[in-house]
Amino acid sequence: MTDSKYFTTTKKGEIFELKAELNSDKKEKKKEAVKKVIASMTVGKDVSALFPDVVNCMQTDNLELKKLVYLYLMNYAKSQPDMAIMAVNTFVKDCEDPNPLIRALAVRTMGCIRVDKITEYLCEPLRKCLKDEDPYVRKTAAVCVAKLHDINAQLVEDQGFLDTLKDLISDSNPMVVANAVAALSEIAESHPSSNLLDLNPQSINKLLTALNECTEWGQIFILDCLANYMPKDDREAQSICERVTPRLSHANSAVVLSAVKVLMKFMEMLSKDLDYYGTLLKKLAPPLVTLLSAEPELQYVALRNINLIVQKRPEILKHEMKVFFVKYNDPIYVKLEKLDIMIRLASQANIAQVLAELKEYATEVDVDFVRKAVRAIGRCAIKVEQSAERCVSTLLDLIQTKVNYVVQEAIVVIKDIFRKYPNKYESVIATLCENLDSLDEPEARAAMIWIVGEYAERIDNADELLESFLEGFHDESTQVQLQLLTAIVKLFLKKPTETQELVQQVLSLATQDSDNPDLRDRGYIYWRLLSTDPVAAKEVVLAEKPLISEETDLIEPTLLDELICYIGTLASVYHKPPSAFVEGSRGVLHKGLPPRTGSIEGPESPDTAPSGEPAADQPSVIPTQGDLLGDLLNLDLGPPVTGPPMATSTVPMGAVDLLGGGLDSLMGDESEGLRSDVGGSPAIGGSGSFTAAPSSTAPTNVGAPLGSGLGDLFDLTAGVGTLSGSYVAPKTVWLPAMKAKGLEISGTFSRQVGSISMDLVLTNKALQVMSDFAIQFNRNSFGLAPAAPLQVHAPLAPNQSVEISLPLNTVGSVMKMDPLNNLQVAVKNNIDVFYFSTLYPLHILFVEDGKMERQMFLATWKDIPNENETQFQIKDCSLNADAVSSKLQGSNIFTIAKRNVEGQDMLYQSLKLTNGIWVLAELRIQPSNPSFMDLELSLKCRAPEVSQYIYQAYETILKN
Amino acid sequence: MIHSLFLINAAGDIFLEKHWKSVVSRSVCDYFFEAQERASEAENVPPVIPTPHHYLLSVYRHKIFFVAVIQSEVPPLFVIEFLHRVVDTFQDYFGVCSEVIIKDNVVVVYEVLEEMLDNGFPLATESNILKELIKPPTILRTVVNTITGSTNVGDQLPTGQLSVVPWRRTGVKYTNNEAYFDVIEEIDAIIDKSGSTITAEIQGVIDACVKLTGMPDLTLSFMNPRLLDDVSFHPCVRFKRWESERILSFIPPDGNFRLLSYHVSAQNLVAIPVYVKHNISFRDSSSLGRFEITVGPKQTMGKTIEGVMVTSQMPKSVLNMTLTPSQGTHVFDPVTKLLSWDVGKINPQKLPSLKGSVSLQAGTSKPDENPTINLQFKIQQLAISGLKVNRLDMYGEKYKPFKGIKYMTKAGALKRQIEELWWRQH
Repeated sequence: MTDSKYFTTTKKGEIFELKAELNSDKKEKKKEAVKKVIASMTVGKDVSALFPDVVNCMQTDNLELKKLVYLYLMNYAKSQPDMAIMAVNTFVKDCEDPNPLIRALAVRTMGCIRVDKITEYLCEPLRKCLKDEDPYVRKTAAVCVAKLHDINAQLVEDQGFLDTLKDLISDSNPMVVANAVAALSEIAESHPSSNLLDLNPQSINKLLTALNECTEWGQIFILDCLANYMPKDDREAQSICERVTPRLSHANSAVVLSAVKVLMKFMEMLSKDLDYYGTLLKKLAPPLVTLLSAEPELQYVALRNINLIVQKRPEILKHEMKVFFVKYNDPIYVKLEKLDIMIRLASQANIAQVLAELKEYATEVDVDFVRKAVRAIGRCAIKVEQSAERCVSTLLDLIQTKVNYVVQEAIVVIKDIFRKYPNKYESVIATLCENLDSLDEPEARAAMIWIVGEYAERIDNADELLESFLEGFHDESTQVQLQLLTAIVKLFLKKPTETQELVQQVLSLATQDSDNPDLRDRGYIYWRLLSTDPVAAKEVVLAEKPLISEETDLIEPTLLDELICYIGTLASVYHKPPSAFVEGSRGVLHKGLPPRTGSIEGPESPDTAPSGEPAADQPSVIPTQGDLLGDLLNLDLGPPVTGPPMATSTVPMGAVDLLGGGLDSLMGDESEGLRSDVGGSPAIGGSGSFTAAPSSTAPTNVGAPLGSGLGDLFDLTAGVGTLSGSYVAPKTVWLPAMKAKGLEISGTFSRQVGSISMDLVLTNKALQVMSDFAIQFNRNSFGLAPAAPLQVHAPLAPNQSVEISLPLNTVGSVMKMDPLNNLQVAVKNNIDVFYFSTLYPLHILFVEDGKMERQMFLATWKDIPNENETQFQIKDCSLNADAVSSKLQGSNIFTIAKRNVEGQDMLYQSLKLTNGIWVLAELRIQPSNPSFMDLELSLKCRAPEVSQYIYQAYETILKN
Repeated sequence: MIHSLFLINAAGDIFLEKHWKSVVSRSVCDYFFEAQERASEAENVPPVIPTPHHYLLSVYRHKIFFVAVIQSEVPPLFVIEFLHRVVDTFQDYFGVCSEVIIKDNVVVVYEVLEEMLDNGFPLATESNILKELIKPPTILRTVVNTITGSTNVGDQLPTGQLSVVPWRRTGVKYTNNEAYFDVIEEIDAIIDKSGSTITAEIQGVIDACVKLTGMPDLTLSFMNPRLLDDVSFHPCVRFKRWESERILSFIPPDGNFRLLSYHVSAQNLVAIPVYVKHNISFRDSSSLGRFEITVGPKQTMGKTIEGVMVTSQMPKSVLNMTLTPSQGTHVFDPVTKLLSWDVGKINPQKLPSLKGSVSLQAGTSKPDENPTINLQFKIQQLAISGLKVNRLDMYGEKYKPFKGIKYMTKAGALKRQIEELWWRQH
């Protein structure tokens, strides 16, 4: 007797029959009827009409029947909200049942009924269940809060369930902890701004303890939650890593991958010199390899993630090439992913093996796979120079097979090889030309045409070949048409005598008979170039092309860093940040890798800003060119005095306007990627036909009208003082690469021997070289301005950093900013101009001759009205009076007198700002506990608006 | 979290749907059907499919697609692992997992699914616990239930659910106390045409069947634990002990479970225990060729190689093959061009061979594709990596259990590439 009988009743009046059975007196019959109803529901039949009859069966001692009715209720309550109310009483009663299984079941089911009226009644039972003595009930209730939040978020907040849920993180039972974390994570996802999961070292410790004891699914939730935590230093990061590492040996691959995510993220904070760093790297490889012996679906997700890991830290898997070799029974989606990773891992050491494998794959059956394998051979050639020759001969072998799609794919990649190694493998052109007729795909045709055009002088019948393509010009795809146009122009420039007719034909085809604007514009440009100045045309069209590199298919470093934070999620499968695809992404937070806190801040360390910092410390990037910045924009961003002239001018010049615009767009669409970049245009920028904007005089604003209230305090003295430099804060990221097309700027301010400087690190996280840097400040409160142009001597290659110390003076024009120490900066490079603002610490403005005479101090103190006095607290300072005094002196805050009143030390201090403002201070030091002091700071100043910033400076100096 | 689950059969019918949150219309599966149409074979349907409002994550097992619907950012591995767990559970409950069986037991299936997930959060996935909550159907129980009116739903809170050893129920009693361990190794290798190994790796598992009374605490030690490169443990294994002493110490679940799986990489390897010799010649003048394969043992430490099965995908231009095996049976399917030869045991004195002629389509030359030979076999009483269990001890209980350990080696994917299989005589 099986359940399949429930499926067979399809005759008319079925519902009627069921109704009768449901109302039967016999328990057994009732149960059978409910089973039939459930079975119909499972296969998608509508049995909602039976609602009242089924609900009537709910009041029963029979647990199975109860469960079945609950199942039914969950499905149909929404469509019958009024009826669903009938069930409420039973739920409330069940929540009081002595059997915890029934209590849990009731609260669980109630949460699944998405009817507003019911949720009101749910609150009381839920509150009780959250505090139930039985952990099984508590963990069920925790999930129920998430359900309720999904239905009515406001209600959950009003009832204080979120706080109860937070308390459950400290529950004694690990499963309850895991479920609470899972529920909070889900709620937090819909409210990215709320800090529901504000983790601190104590709660982290609890999570790590629960991690060892809860179920595998709970471990996933806890690990994902841990990954969002930002350890305060490298030691904490290491201790978390140590406790997470055992998870790498878990049988559940999702646990393993979540653990990998935590480790990959926190590893960023560990110093590379640490022994532990090396150990950790070694530990990561075996679990990743093991993931590849799991079921194919799991392998696929694992491979997508390994693709990211290999790009971020190639050292982890560099010896594991063989595990990525394709197995004959792998599904196609696994094969394609493995191929990708093989290329990423290919190096001189293993290239022979890789090539042998790839050649094997190129003869398999699946067309997509074969194509990708052929492309992979080409990528190998470009990546590993030593292998290029073998790759080319392998490709030639493949062309000999005459399998149509193999030949076409091979020609496409050979074109790339030509571009990478010019004048090396042209001997194979003859073989390629033999296959001209079999090419029917646009990409292959375009590649072949490019080859013919590029090497026209070596191909005797180049004109015939190109002419044959020209016959069906209008039937070709745009890609081929554009390529044909360029190729024939190239041919003409190389062999002008024989091909005049041909070039005229193609130009008229492109300009007169085509309605494709790209093609037409390109045709006109060539036409004009050829007719006005053939020599210039030759320089432009036949210019040397930049070499291509294998990096073209790599993920941008900034995106990669973000994706590393999303290992194991859908984002990692799509290689896109969640904001790019998650449905209704309600302000998804951008995640970043933590900065390395170890001793050495090497140029290779990625300096993405931690997302958890308070906003005040965060440099804000000025998004658009607002009113405030009007004058900043008008400042002339001239090129550096010694630098090369700018390649592209931002000021379009009348005479070449049309061409300039057209060429720009050509360059835009041609330099996008490896494949399309086959035209001659990349050289245009350097062709010399456009001169850079005339370099203007350095923008100095000395003597500009002083527009602010602080102006009268203007002072030019820089002062001479002690040799010790003042406190220098660690560098922070001012301009994240995401907001500046790959340029990342981090920096700090310092004052040494009377001179102020801005210490910058420029990092190029884009894939192109950056050059022509210049910097400019907006007017600011203290007239800070660069004392010299920004000197970046060599162009900045991708992934390279450069450290620069930019000397500053305070003779720039003055405008009061809010906050007072706000500095707006514009940085220009060959790509664009970027704006950001940052706050400078005021102590860089404390001059060295800021020590006041004692008498003068007393007189001034009395002189300044009392309303100008402001008081501040500095808590938990670990220094005593003498240490405080000497530390402050290092930053040009001078102690004039020291007194001891009732066991408390009093320090009287003075300092002077670069614009001549004097600030007087009284510092009361009282011990709060044996090792810490509380400081009370009273500041008197004629310009009280600076006091707050002086206090900040005090705090920064004393706390560091 | 996991929103819904659809089960789809080979014909593309949705025969079961289960929703853990609000109901998602089954029309969402249309996106899946589209992907299915694009894929050449069922195995090749991509496991992650985006749709405008949802994501479909699927696994394909027992000719059934298990398609999970998710709406927000959820770790896909978590979903896929869960789906596999669902399939394992069905198999555990019903013996086999098929459309018929699932339909036959639809109510139990539904109840089990309801227990496994709550609002998309996994609730109870350990089969021990599930079986206490919902008793698996047996013929006897069905009969008893119909007579007495009792049910197959447990009314006690499963004891394991909240203890420190959630995988084991309390109060287990057996009259015969037994613990069996099977060390099963699968060897995956690719061998090139000259017979040298390109890659080889061993994937091993230790499956256990433990039927012991009370709360036994077991330790299992190996003679050569360093052999194991990478291990994944059942949650019951104490990781600290393994790290420090390389000993497996655990309180076992009751019944069948996988104690650990491990990986032995190429460095520590390993001679492939079998070899294949091929000799194929082909004349230009006629469309007939000669074909011969011989299989023989290599370093098997005196153990017999059994269950040998040779399969090879022949090029499309092969019309037919007329072959005679020295032992076993062979089939050549002229439609799929698949040659399979069920060899059976290898007798080292008389090596099995398959000889005969190949006929090609008239007028075709050397085929483009290079055929590969795939080999499957089993060796009882041998773990090819050389892994040996040293001893098994039991603490915490007084009785003396019966212990047994079995070894077995299988070929997972053994592939031999034959590049020069087809050549012309001039």
